Amino acid sequence: MNPFRQRCYVIGGLFALIIFVYIGRLFYLQVVNESYKMSASNNVLRYVTQYPARGLMYDRNGVLLVHNQAAYDLMVTPNQLHEFDTALFCQLLDIDKAQVDKRLRKAKRYSYYKPSTFLEQISAEQYGAFQENLYQFKGFYAQTRSLRIYPQNIAAHTFGYVGEVDDKTAQNDDYYKSGDYIGISGIERMYEEQLRGRKGVEIFMVDVHNRIKGQYKNGIYDTLAVNGHDITLTLDARLQEYGERLMQNKIGSIVALEPSTGEILAIVSAPTYDPGLLVGRERSANYKQLRADSLNPLFCRPLQARYPPGSTFKTVNALIGLQEGIINGIYTYYPCHYGYTVGRFHMGCHGHTSPLNVVEALQHSCNAYFAAEYRALLDNPKYQTIDSAFNVWRNHATSFGFGSKLGVDLPYEVAGYVPTLSFYNRTYGKGRLKSLYIVSNSIGQGELLLTPLQMANLASTIANRGHYFTPHVVKEIREGDNSFLDAFREPHYTDIDTTYFPLVIEGMYRAVNSPTGGTAGVAAIKDIDVCGKTGTAENPHGKDHSIFMAFAPRENPQIAIAVYVENAGFGASYAAPIASLMIERYLTGAVTRSWLENRMLQMDLINGTTR
Amino acid sequence: MEQRGSSILQNIDWFTVILYLVLVTLGWINIFSASYSPDNISFSLATRYGRQMMWIGAAVLIAITMLLIDSKFYSTFAEIIYVTLMVTLLGVLLFGSTVNGAKSWIVIGPVQVQPAEFAKIAASLTLAKYMSRYHFKPDGFKSMMIVCCICFLPSVFILLQNDTGSALVFAALMIAYFREGMKPLIFVLGLLMALLFLLSLLYEMHVIIIVIEVLAFGAFYVFRDKPKELGIGILAVIVGTAAAYAVCQWLVPDWPKYVPLLFGFGIAIPFFLAYTYRHRLGKIAAIIGIAVASIGFAFSVGYFFDNVLAPHQRARINHLLGIEVDLQGAGYNVNQSMIAIGSGGFSGKGYLQGTQTKFKFVPEQSTDFIFCTIGEEWGFVGSTVLLLLFLTLLVRLLILAERQKSKFSRIYGYCVASIFFFHIVVNIGMTIGLMPVIGIPLPFFSYGGSSLWGFTMLLFIFLKLDCNRMELIT
Repeated sequence: MNPFRQRCYVIGGLFALIIFVYIGRLFYLQVVNESYKMSASNNVLRYVTQYPARGLMYDRNGVLLVHNQAAYDLMVTPNQLHEFDTALFCQLLDIDKAQVDKRLRKAKRYSYYKPSTFLEQISAEQYGAFQENLYQFKGFYAQTRSLRIYPQNIAAHTFGYVGEVDDKTAQNDDYYKSGDYIGISGIERMYEEQLRGRKGVEIFMVDVHNRIKGQYKNGIYDTLAVNGHDITLTLDARLQEYGERLMQNKIGSIVALEPSTGEILAIVSAPTYDPGLLVGRERSANYKQLRADSLNPLFCRPLQARYPPGSTFKTVNALIGLQEGIINGIYTYYPCHYGYTVGRFHMGCHGHTSPLNVVEALQHSCNAYFAAEYRALLDNPKYQTIDSAFNVWRNHATSFGFGSKLGVDLPYEVAGYVPTLSFYNRTYGKGRLKSLYIVSNSIGQGELLLTPLQMANLASTIANRGHYFTPHVVKEIREGDNSFLDAFREPHYTDIDTTYFPLVIEGMYRAVNSPTGGTAGVAAIKDIDVCGKTGTAENPHGKDHSIFMAFAPRENPQIAIAVYVENAGFGASYAAPIASLMIERYLTGAVTRSWLENRMLQMDLINGTTR
Repeated sequence: MEQRGSSILQNIDWFTVILYLVLVTLGWINIFSASYSPDNISFSLATRYGRQMMWIGAAVLIAITMLLIDSKFYSTFAEIIYVTLMVTLLGVLLFGSTVNGAKSWIVIGPVQVQPAEFAKIAASLTLAKYMSRYHFKPDGFKSMMIVCCICFLPSVFILLQNDTGSALVFAALMIAYFREGMKPLIFVLGLLMALLFLLSLLYEMHVIIIVIEVLAFGAFYVFRDKPKELGIGILAVIVGTAAAYAVCQWLVPDWPKYVPLLFGFGIAIPFFLAYTYRHRLGKIAAIIGIAVASIGFAFSVGYFFDNVLAPHQRARINHLLGIEVDLQGAGYNVNQSMIAIGSGGFSGKGYLQGTQTKFKFVPEQSTDFIFCTIGEEWGFVGSTVLLLLFLTLLVRLLILAERQKSKFSRIYGYCVASIFFFHIVVNIGMTIGLMPVIGIPLPFFSYGGSSLWGFTMLLFIFLKLDCNRMELIT
């Protein structure tokens, strides 16, 4: 016999004891204690959600960009409805009877027991008149909401917009109830948790006439709403506004970065829209209209459009050639006779002196030089096969962040495209690749695709002599947790040696400033050393895209910029002047070349006329 | 020789099986209430009640599987199961997915599994195997250490996964050890530690040191009735403390108040030890040892509380002890939970009529706070019936355990009962404000596959062992 057998009674006793203590506690909570007991009738208590004010947004200099105004949502709980004076109701709210019926049906379909939104965003004045008669409309009550206001009317794509939460999220996320607002795109979406704050609830006692009789138990069960965090953005509101003005009546993008931090100074997607359109009752109607616009203003081009980089990509190929020892900074290698000709293949070039070294080739954007250099790389015997040579080139190219998302803190960024060996194997057959087939990659044409953000980041990388910081738009969450910013302070190095960058920078400097002529002389600014590279990208949808990327000043760069103007012709015609004006505006605060500015502002590339 | 199937049907404890089915069914009914939306009642796997139904189906299959496996398997492979699970726990720690702040999940496609739920079974089996060994001496120091290792190794891994609730469950296995002959002294020491833990959170350190000193002198008096010697001892400590106090005041006046007390006590200790050595007083030496250890423990509690616990855990304990009342923050869940339960009244608001739980006032209402739904909708009557059902299950498990011929089965039975007991007491205790908020599920009621499957396995392995209760399983 086990000597400890009696202990089973101790254990059984312990079990029973604790269970009975709990039953006693429940008796106290549920039967004896009045303070935990709520009235059994739901109608006597009304739970009013207290919506916190959404966080505000400021630009890098503290200019207010996004704030809130009060509005009222009229809520209805169908099982509490009594008959009411429909005529008065319609008159007060300025809607017709058919709409009342429709909205009530919708509310009933949603729930008989839970309140749902009957009418959204009534203005404060209208609500004032309605409130005096609220006692006649049982089952209705109003809830304060806040709506976004955009005093500057800029950067619609970046801010994004707020809308009602979808059913799936409302079901799966404990925070949201149907009818709550949630950030749908842009910063509103990415920083939803910081911006939204925390909802509170106030419990009121209501009499049979639907009149509030005061707080339940003096508010001890209420929870206060906690306002959202304000956010300081990296955007410069003046530069952003100027960029949007320059891009009016054009299609394309501007992205301007601060090279030393990766902070986005301006991000313009043209055509843009008034951010105020996607707020309030008219939001869905306006959204539909914007959606239907053939110029697709909702499309965020800087992050989502993929274009061939054109000649701007020659900077990358120059760096790869230098790193791999295919070329060096002194010797001229490849002649140019108005182009590059191999057998029946011909790639055109324009008139300039020949032969050139790498700096001069960049200055004049010589196609022949880069075509020959690219082929010399691919066919170089040191890699044994062209396949491995191609992979060497591709690995260098992807180290600049091409072909994958940079990780900007805005939603819906796309990756762009750097062709892979398997892609060419599918096209030409395995082991059948010839350098001549893909020689277009040398001048950024071919299959290469970059987003404008990636191109601005390339300018930033060259400005930094070989590294970049992930571009981002949020500078600080005020009084919040900013540890996520650490990821943006991590430099990303390309696998090109820092020592090769000055040659490319010299080429970009000469392209803008050389007295012997470069491709981008129009971008030169008095007293500022601008380094830039034009690009002109052929595309199947019409006239070439005008491209320019640049940074300035040459030493200790403050701004790196990429400009795309769709179907506008040469890089020097539109993209370079616009970039140059942006740089001048940012660095000096004013623009001296008003003739150039006026020309750019008045150019209407969409309707094809100059005003 | 009978057919195995029929022998299971004849020997299985139908009482427990039916109790299990009743609890699981009630559990589903309440999850339905906690997670349905009143206007859109459709049965699909997208809803929580739909998925729970699927998991109940799987649980029944698991139960049948457990019954079909030979009962010797469980004892033979106990250690292997244990080691496998420890490796899995480590793996989860390194490669697992994080859900609600706890890195304790393995995600395979749509299925999320929490290995911690199964570690309880492994620990129970291994503990049963170890303690049922012929040479096991329940009061030996070595066996005590091994028992503690078996119980607390998984506990440590799970604690590192940031899942405090599941880690604490393993402490319940001490109940099985107690049944097998753990020294009562350890039990008393355990209680003392718990008391000290609470005291050191509630009071300042100098108060605690004084209390410990007074208790130590009290014990001295009980074991050695020599008032004169006691008087000298007390005087020595007081004089030492006063001297240290004076020196501290003079040197560093802003030192905390407990420093002179520690000095006074520390100076007296060598004299006491010399005294006990001269008179050969082992018990007095033990008292001194315990007093010193207690002071050390009180200090480490402070350190543990301030440095090891996460801020939210600290806040929850503070709230429970009434040190800080913050109805919007740490106390929010508990307060809302008590309102929900309290609003149920004597007979409840009726099934599906709960308002507090419907409007998402109570967070986690279908998982850790499922008891709120029961309290609100079924009232005092329903809650009491549920508690009594659980008590019936626990007592039934004890009865089954005591009727086992083999020690292995008995110990395992006690482990099962203890684990259920711990879950029920901590989970319900937290919803009615008697326990700190520790996220562990209520057996058969909380939403979730892992916990349901874990409890089902735990229980049905024991029912299988019970089918063969007349055999000696070693």
